[in-house]
Amino acid sequence: MSATTSTPPIIGLDGVRKTYRTGSLEFEALRGIDTAIREGEYVAVVGPSGSGKSTLMNILGCLDNPTAGSYLLAGEDVSTMSEAQLAEVRNRRIGFVFQQFNLLAGLPAWRNVELPLVYAGLPRQERRERAVAALERVGLADRTAHRPGELSGGQQQRVAVARALVAEPAIILADEPTGNLDSRSTADVLDLLDGLHDAGRTIVLITHEHDVAGRASRNLVIDDGRIVSDTPTARAGVPA
Amino acid sequence: MTWVETLRAGAEAVRAHRMRSLLTMLGIVIGIASVILTVGFGQGAQQQVRDEIDALGSNLLIVSPGSSTDSGGMRGGFGSATTLTLEDAAAIGDDTAAPDVRRVAPTTSSSASLTAGETNWTTSLVGTTPSWPDVRARSLASGRFFTADEVASGAPVVVLGPDTASELLGLGSPVGQTVTIAGQRLTVIGVLDSSGASESGGSEDDQAILPISTAQALTGATSSSVSTIYVEAASQATLSAAYQEVQSLLATRHGVTTTDADFGISTQESLVETANSTNRTLTVLLTGIAAISLLVGGVGVMNIMLVSVTERIREIGLRKALGATPRVIGRQFLVEASMLGLAGGVVGLLVGVVGSWVLPPLIDQPVTLSALAVGAALLTSLALGVGFGVYPASRAARLTPIDALRSE
Ligand SMILES: Nc1ncnc2c1ncn2[C@@H]1O[C@H](COP(=O)(O)OP(=O)(O)OP(=O)(O)O)[C@@H](O)[C@H]1O
Ligand SMILES: [Mg+2]
Repeated sequence: MSATTSTPPIIGLDGVRKTYRTGSLEFEALRGIDTAIREGEYVAVVGPSGSGKSTLMNILGCLDNPTAGSYLLAGEDVSTMSEAQLAEVRNRRIGFVFQQFNLLAGLPAWRNVELPLVYAGLPRQERRERAVAALERVGLADRTAHRPGELSGGQQQRVAVARALVAEPAIILADEPTGNLDSRSTADVLDLLDGLHDAGRTIVLITHEHDVAGRASRNLVIDDGRIVSDTPTARAGVPA
Repeated sequence: MTWVETLRAGAEAVRAHRMRSLLTMLGIVIGIASVILTVGFGQGAQQQVRDEIDALGSNLLIVSPGSSTDSGGMRGGFGSATTLTLEDAAAIGDDTAAPDVRRVAPTTSSSASLTAGETNWTTSLVGTTPSWPDVRARSLASGRFFTADEVASGAPVVVLGPDTASELLGLGSPVGQTVTIAGQRLTVIGVLDSSGASESGGSEDDQAILPISTAQALTGATSSSVSTIYVEAASQATLSAAYQEVQSLLATRHGVTTTDADFGISTQESLVETANSTNRTLTVLLTGIAAISLLVGGVGVMNIMLVSVTERIREIGLRKALGATPRVIGRQFLVEASMLGLAGGVVGLLVGVVGSWVLPPLIDQPVTLSALAVGAALLTSLALGVGFGVYPASRAARLTPIDALRSE
């Protein structure tokens, strides 16, 4: 941990709670999460199904608001931001990789990848160049014009990774990115995440699989809405 | 996201669901086309009436027997009652009694079958006096009009309208030929020029004009009653003075007051007004129906946009996750709805324009397209798209990203 203690936390959670209301039923999915993630860390969040991992991820990604507690993203309090400001934060600082890929079926790969740049307001030509470059980085240089339906699951997830990295965000959030992939494609995606980690990105990855969690530098175990363990892995010492 | 990009994205979305977009537009297409056509018909009919009435002559008063003078001067007993006589016409023609009247042409009218050789032709028979061509602003294409002497003697002469002449006597020169009406042989002494009233020339160009005495003898009329007295005022400026003179003169002669008169006087203006007011009512009614179909079209756009928001809820969630602000999302749906509306308007306009070429010969009604109607139609369709797009767009804009992403 000595290598990272000097850098300030990019993510700071303090007493974060999330209560879901379904009609008159209330369910507390997060029951007080306190943690800090520093820039360049590679954190795997593990825990049983229903423990609140995705809920935590949505809050980290500014897709959902905590019911209580504070979330500082790069020192800024997210709870005071408007929808438009949150949209900008997501656009500039965060790249998402979803289990379901979430690609737009009607658009070719490169146009899926350029989407964050569209909302960042970049000119078309630059967007295209950067989208193609991002697809090259994930090994899909020859698939830029393919639509998602014309790509394998592993290729689709690589397109999603390209989309997550194209705007060079500081944080990559991945919710079970390998959940729908075979071992070969899983390895591809994890290698890409490793590469991003090596390039200094902060990565938060949700997973069920132990060997996947083992690729991270730190493991957060969640159960029943609480952090039950927080340990560096064997790879923690590997310099970023 | 710039406006150009938003427009491009909107066009893409419209094209991505081609069939659905077309069906959505259909309501607006029909609405705009019917507005264009109904307004066109209304204006065409007004123009037609205008031409028809202008063709009657200028500075004209039309005195007809029957109901009192009101704006509905064309209805009532037009031509059917028998309260007007040749003596009335002579009195109106008197310079001291009605100084602002220049000329008078009493007319009788009936329908008759004309025969020339083997050819039969039924047309309207107008009995009148030599002042008729001047009063009605008609000239002769060939030959001459009949004289006062011929009226006095009831001479067997006739002047034919150009259409009557060609139907009856073919291409040869009609003047000098003989036609038979009710067993009586009449000599054609002249042919009228076409009235020039474009669409409605038909009836004005198809008639047989003869001395009023000859006409009365032919139809077996014994009284001196006439069906219409055409009065030409000295000028446009004296038209209303002439109107007053004719009115009080006839009232005195008939022993009635002007409020319960047994005759009616119409001016060209009042005829145009009457014809237009019926026309206008119809046009307003039809335009109202067309406007309702436009409204229905707009609701259709809203309906489809709401479906589209629901259908693309995950897409909206994803775009928001990637940084689209509520405003950008709302704008995108609004632009899409506006494009549907405008595209519907353009197609509807094309349908309307094509209709305005194709329909008039089929239904024998002119259609006048005005730039105003075209512009208003396009603006309306755009406004419909925007107006009915606002709600779906704001629904899309307000979706929270997580709810949108999670929905299946
Ligand atoms: N929108 C919601 N409304 C109500 N309850 C919810 C909602 N989303 C999640 N929950 C509940 O909150 C708890 C945590 O859900 P969450 O999706 O965070 O679990 P998870 O750890 O990601 O599970 P998994 O590993 O199966 O994906 C679950 O019990 C779930 O039923
Ligand atoms: Mg989950």
